[in-house]
Amino acid sequence: MIGLAHYLMLAGVLFAIAVAGVFINRRNVIVLLMCIELMLLAVNFNFVAFSRFLGILDGQVFVFFILTVAAAEAAIGLAILVVLFRQRRSINVEELDTMKG
Amino acid sequence: MLVEILFWSFSAVLVGAAFGVILARNPVHAVLFLVLCFFNAAVLWLLIEAEFLALVLVLVYVGAVMVLFLFVVMMLDINVEQLREGFARNAPLGALIAVIMVIELWYVLWVRQLGIELPGATAPLPEVHSNTAEIGAVLYTQYVYPFQLAAIVLLIAIIAAITLTMRRRPGQKVQDISSQVAVKAKDRVRLVDMPSEREP
Repeated sequence: MIGLAHYLMLAGVLFAIAVAGVFINRRNVIVLLMCIELMLLAVNFNFVAFSRFLGILDGQVFVFFILTVAAAEAAIGLAILVVLFRQRRSINVEELDTMKG
Repeated sequence: MLVEILFWSFSAVLVGAAFGVILARNPVHAVLFLVLCFFNAAVLWLLIEAEFLALVLVLVYVGAVMVLFLFVVMMLDINVEQLREGFARNAPLGALIAVIMVIELWYVLWVRQLGIELPGATAPLPEVHSNTAEIGAVLYTQYVYPFQLAAIVLLIAIIAAITLTMRRRPGQKVQDISSQVAVKAKDRVRLVDMPSEREP
């Protein structure tokens, strides 16, 4: 029988893969954005699983809002990326040192 | 039994596609692996009867956000080899942190020793029900103000994306609509009164 624990373990694995992706693809902004999408998917997995296994609907409403914010984040992130590429002809994170941070 | 087979097979594909996202050499392949991830996640949500969100994930996320990703990735001319530098150097650290996180998260789930019981089956649903109608009933009553805020977030995202990417090229020929509309007939046509000439 597939229980809540199975879904939570799967979401944990997904989140860990996404974190590893952030470390591995440190230079490529596009893959970093994709890893963030993957993390949000893992979080949504937890919300949906808890919502359905506990019989409380609020988790699914939260997933709805997370999807909204993730869509906004992706749109703005990609817009920044396009502007960045237009000015630098590169999306390498290591070259983004204008602000000396 | 069928549910178990479906769960394990789709979650195996999901994890494999997630590895594909982070390991793919070509960013276009990474986006396509991410699409596969979202499809499998949608099927897994369908398995626990969260139908509305599963369909929203496919329609909105795969249909809009991932296509946007694909557009941007294909539009930018990326030097992949340069971006892959340091891949092998960072991989052990990333793998180590991922393994530590998995162990910690799974340890948290192993709490039955502490006397907390995790539910083994989904909450029972009535014979006739609609997941969409239930979510709508909550979303438009209890969560109506957050819903409005979500709309404002999307509006701000639209404005931000447009203002960020809009640029004025010098020397571009554009229509000036207001001056077109405000034009009078006497600005364009000049009637000249002149005597007709006699035929030679």
